[in-house]
Amino acid sequence: MKYLYLVWSNLKRKKLRTILTILSILVAFLLFGLLGAIRQSFSQGVDVAGADRLIVRHKVTIAQLLPAAYEARIEQIEGVEEAVSQTWFGGVYQKPSNFFAQIPTEPAKFLEMYPEYLLDDAQREAWLKTRTGAIAGRAIADRFGWNVGDRIPINATIWTREDGSATWQFDLVGIYDGAQKGTDTTQFLFHYDYFDEGRRFGKGMVGWYVVRIADPDRAAEISAAIDAEFANSPAETKSEPEGAFLQAFANQIGDVGFIMMSIVAAVFFTILLVAGNTMAYAVRERTSELAVLKAIGFTDGGVLGLVLAESFILTLIGGAAGLGLAWTVVSAGDPTNGLLPMFYIPQRDLVTGIVLIGVMAFVAGILPALQARRLRVADALRR
Amino acid sequence: MTGPLNWFAQVVSIAVFNLRTMPQRVGSSATAMFGIAGVVAVMVGVLSIAQGILQTMQQSAAPENVVVLRSGSNSEMMSILLGDDVRYIAEAPGVARDENGALASPELYVIIDLPKKDSGTDANVPLRGVTRQAPAVHRDFRIVEGRMFEWGLNEVVVGVGARREFKGLELGSAIEVKGEQWPVVGVFEANGGVAEAEIWVDAAVLQPAYQRGNSFQAVYARLVSRDAFQEFKDALTSDPRLNVKPLRETDYYAEQSDTLYRLITTLGTLIAVIMGFGAVFGALNTMYTAVAARAREIATLRALGFHSGPVVISVLLESLLLALAGGVIGATLAWAVFDGFSASTLNWSSFSQLTFAFDVSVPLLIQGVVFALLIGFFGGLFPAVRAARQPIATALREQ
Repeated sequence: MKYLYLVWSNLKRKKLRTILTILSILVAFLLFGLLGAIRQSFSQGVDVAGADRLIVRHKVTIAQLLPAAYEARIEQIEGVEEAVSQTWFGGVYQKPSNFFAQIPTEPAKFLEMYPEYLLDDAQREAWLKTRTGAIAGRAIADRFGWNVGDRIPINATIWTREDGSATWQFDLVGIYDGAQKGTDTTQFLFHYDYFDEGRRFGKGMVGWYVVRIADPDRAAEISAAIDAEFANSPAETKSEPEGAFLQAFANQIGDVGFIMMSIVAAVFFTILLVAGNTMAYAVRERTSELAVLKAIGFTDGGVLGLVLAESFILTLIGGAAGLGLAWTVVSAGDPTNGLLPMFYIPQRDLVTGIVLIGVMAFVAGILPALQARRLRVADALRR
Repeated sequence: MTGPLNWFAQVVSIAVFNLRTMPQRVGSSATAMFGIAGVVAVMVGVLSIAQGILQTMQQSAAPENVVVLRSGSNSEMMSILLGDDVRYIAEAPGVARDENGALASPELYVIIDLPKKDSGTDANVPLRGVTRQAPAVHRDFRIVEGRMFEWGLNEVVVGVGARREFKGLELGSAIEVKGEQWPVVGVFEANGGVAEAEIWVDAAVLQPAYQRGNSFQAVYARLVSRDAFQEFKDALTSDPRLNVKPLRETDYYAEQSDTLYRLITTLGTLIAVIMGFGAVFGALNTMYTAVAARAREIATLRALGFHSGPVVISVLLESLLLALAGGVIGATLAWAVFDGFSASTLNWSSFSQLTFAFDVSVPLLIQGVVFALLIGFFGGLFPAVRAARQPIATALREQ
């Protein structure tokens, strides 16, 4: 600790170079944080999937509907606690590029199924009572500037109304928050009854079921039992845990994780070059000073430590500032204006980032540090 | 000799001198160069994804072709047209005809789950039911292996993209639809268009399998000319029996890729700009070091009567040259690695898979090199000014 001042003075010697190096390290960690958030957003909430929830959908594809009558039959299967239907409404608000999920469901059962959707009691009561009532996630409500009490027209692209019109009116009675950061707060949820009665075709059909089971360890067995129940019927089912379903869906988008990791690798490799080169230069420049230090009694290890400490301080300042900036930017919201749901840096990535700060400092500093350690006093002083 | 010629001669002589000393600074010069190469490679690589998707969509559209959907629908997935609607549309003015009748192809569009080859998990693969005029309307459709399915039989042909990305679509295998096995008898190309991700079957076979009666989802038609669209559109929208939305294929496909294109381009640009800042810092470091190492030489030159203008320009030239080399390396790397790389993704508008190839186009390459030069310019400007401003006496005294 007593040499900290020495290390600090060395960093201050070429202020501009130190600042530029710190800034380039900052950029690397800023990107690391942002890409982590982007990847998280593309993973469709796999992390927060409930282990005790299954998704039951049509065997051919989720775009095929299932009879609403399946709900009661699923609930009779041993090990199933509750089943609730959902359907993809696929409407647009004002213009086609305003894309978000609208889902008709059974409000009471839905809120029981998803305890991570937080709605205060008054709003909950209002939703259960109001037939045309809908609730929206905090993120989507903020995006469109909706407030409780607003009347929201949604234009259907699939489900025309009985009278042939495409516009459905909803009363926004509540805005829900997510209990976890990964909870999807971009959904718009409304009454299945209102939807079923108003639609022109497809009455009595739903998109898929979410099923809660008592024991997550029996997920495979219960899935098989549900599928067996509807085997050889006109609408066969495919059941799987919510996590597997979401993962498969994320995979449909493509290997975003791999693309992001490739970019991060390219960025880090580049910045490592810059930082490593700077460190090497700083050591070369000070050859004679390091020799003097050794001459007055610094051990080889001590000199090595000094150089490494310099590298650590540089990387720590740059890295911490970069991650901090990424955090601030991400907290300010999604840069694509609503195309990315769940935009946040997962804790896992923050920990990785901190580990990477250490790794990067070591890799950038070790060669110059070894060089300093090997320095022979007599040779160096003569140069 | 004075004037611009002399000035220019000074620039050249300092620049040549600078470049000659570059080998002494090979480490830091290479760092800046590879840094810039990395930025350009990532930028061109990410934007080539967006470009590839756009390219696929544009290849799909023929200028004189139209799509007719139910009004209010944004894609055929969400549309429905009844048997009568289809007949009125085919009879509308402006539709081209051949010996088999109107060049109008009513089609069904459903999706089935097939496992993706890379992840093994299910993906939404489009299954299109077509009618006899389809190959004449979609003029790019071409069987490249096997044969066309027999009309009326439950045989299918698959797009080259679909065969490449999804399991179980080889010639001789079969897909399962509603408990029946439908054999794959042919493979088709569509000039790199969206259809290459699809599976085609006779609509008359698909309708009963999906309980669709005599309904369709979209009508594709070829018009006599591009200019016939207005007449065609007016006829359909004013027909009281119809409630449909006619679109040019060019507009339809542009709209289909809009969200995806915007998302990737926004993210790609954001990443490139942030990386660009990192590269500017790296280049600044390199150039400041380069200028500092030569402080005495530069001061000597100026003492000999060289102006500061040529000094600034020569330092900038060195930085730009490094950036140019980096930009070219990065762009070449991106081209070599990414161009033609095939992939698939979910297109939200149709809720189905889209296969495409990364497209590293010439404009993108130019964009990459220009971006590199910008980095080089900002990375060189401040060190250049500093070099020129340094008091001669101080610099000469420096060690």
